[in-house]
Amino acid sequence: MNNSSLNKVSFTVNGQTIEEEVASWVTLLDFLRERLHQYGTKKGCDHGQCGACTVLVNGKRVNSCLVLAARLEGKEVTTVEGLSSNGELHPMQAAFLEHDAFQCGYCTPGQICSAVALVEEGTAATRDEVREWMSGNLCRCGAYNNIVDAVSEVLDAQKGVRV
Amino acid sequence: MKPFSLTQPKDADAAIQAHAKLPDAQFIGGGTNLLDLMKYGVMEPKSLVDLQDLSFQEIGEGSDGGLRLGAGVTNAETAEHPKVKKDYPLLSQAILSGASPQLRNMATNGGNLLQRTRCYYFYDCATACNKRRPGSGCAALKGFNRIHAILGASDHCIATHPSDMCVALVALDAVVKVRGPEGEREIAVEEFHRLPGENPEKDTVLKESELILSIELPSSNFSKHSHYLKVRDRESYAFALVSVAAALQLSGGRIVDSRVALGGVAHKPWRARASEDFLKNKECDRDLFLEAGKLVVKDARGYGDNDFKLELAPRAVAEALLQAWKGQES
Repeated sequence: MNNSSLNKVSFTVNGQTIEEEVASWVTLLDFLRERLHQYGTKKGCDHGQCGACTVLVNGKRVNSCLVLAARLEGKEVTTVEGLSSNGELHPMQAAFLEHDAFQCGYCTPGQICSAVALVEEGTAATRDEVREWMSGNLCRCGAYNNIVDAVSEVLDAQKGVRV
Repeated sequence: MKPFSLTQPKDADAAIQAHAKLPDAQFIGGGTNLLDLMKYGVMEPKSLVDLQDLSFQEIGEGSDGGLRLGAGVTNAETAEHPKVKKDYPLLSQAILSGASPQLRNMATNGGNLLQRTRCYYFYDCATACNKRRPGSGCAALKGFNRIHAILGASDHCIATHPSDMCVALVALDAVVKVRGPEGEREIAVEEFHRLPGENPEKDTVLKESELILSIELPSSNFSKHSHYLKVRDRESYAFALVSVAAALQLSGGRIVDSRVALGGVAHKPWRARASEDFLKNKECDRDLFLEAGKLVVKDARGYGDNDFKLELAPRAVAEALLQAWKGQES
């Protein structure tokens, strides 16, 4: 049993395999930004209150500021950089652009990752439910109405496909 | 965060041994509260014992038709579990009223039981707090105490327990199963958290290196008529000023049995047994529910900013019972 402040860990970020030694106290958020130099994931409050650092771990949305990188052995991390494919924006990214769902844009990567998970979870259907299930993502500029528009559009399109 | 070591045991006994042996150790489940507190310098463990590889990650059958919630299962998974939604909608509703989807995806059931208070002074290392630094005093007594306790507080601490899940667990007579260096034991959730008295640094009755294995839910007759009401400053993603878990077992309009528990009013989830006794064998009625609510605050006191809770709590009890009577399950 390893008992150390330096930990060997292997996981993937947007499909890329990472094998590194990390100090116990390094958060996934700091690892992404400072070690991998992927700056899409934003540091807002660093205390799990604002949602700017939201990423997906094994498909579930989490606050990366409260995840220790050393605990990610075998896990799959997806950040906002990993959502597009073949040069095409993810439908949620396109909807945020279409609906002008931001002002300064700082909270946007977290909002989009959170919204992608929300659609996958399938618990929110109405606009009120979208607000409730997006409540872990704060927008200091107050672009909430447009964010709800964007998320609802993708939700509705999804419903059409599923029937 | 201050440097610390991380240990990743594969089973409960190894975790307990590591915790007992390592200097200044803490178990880490989801880490949503612990890492937050470590970043503020409120808690500064030298060793973390990681519980994610342990085997209690499942929800399964308990004894006598009950349900066993593994300590390592996330709050999100628990709230969405078909059996929890069907038989214990009160618990599902309470969990979903707390935190955010992201936090619920990380936070574990064991960790939820061990949440620390959100008293501003507990979090602010520049102020006096007997819970954070025993003997330093309580800045909340004469400070801003809008969110603080009205029941069971002491001159040493007026903090409240922040969990929603635990309020439902107390109402449902849940039991915590723990294992420590001296073996296993079971503790009713109602007895698990303690009142501050002269030792507010102790939140629970857990002994050194004791590990939570599971939460045991007894079979329930309350699934048809229950409601979790949460009153807060913001409609979502905020801690309760007052919350109420109410449940009724009815025969026609007559109350056969009831459960009333409150959050946001004390250092522990507060079971209102006097209200439950009062309701027994009476006919459901709005005024009756308000009388039951008033019994909760019979021995309560405010500390200034939180005086409003003395009126809010009885009304919240009445409203929660009304909603439960109507049969709103979620």
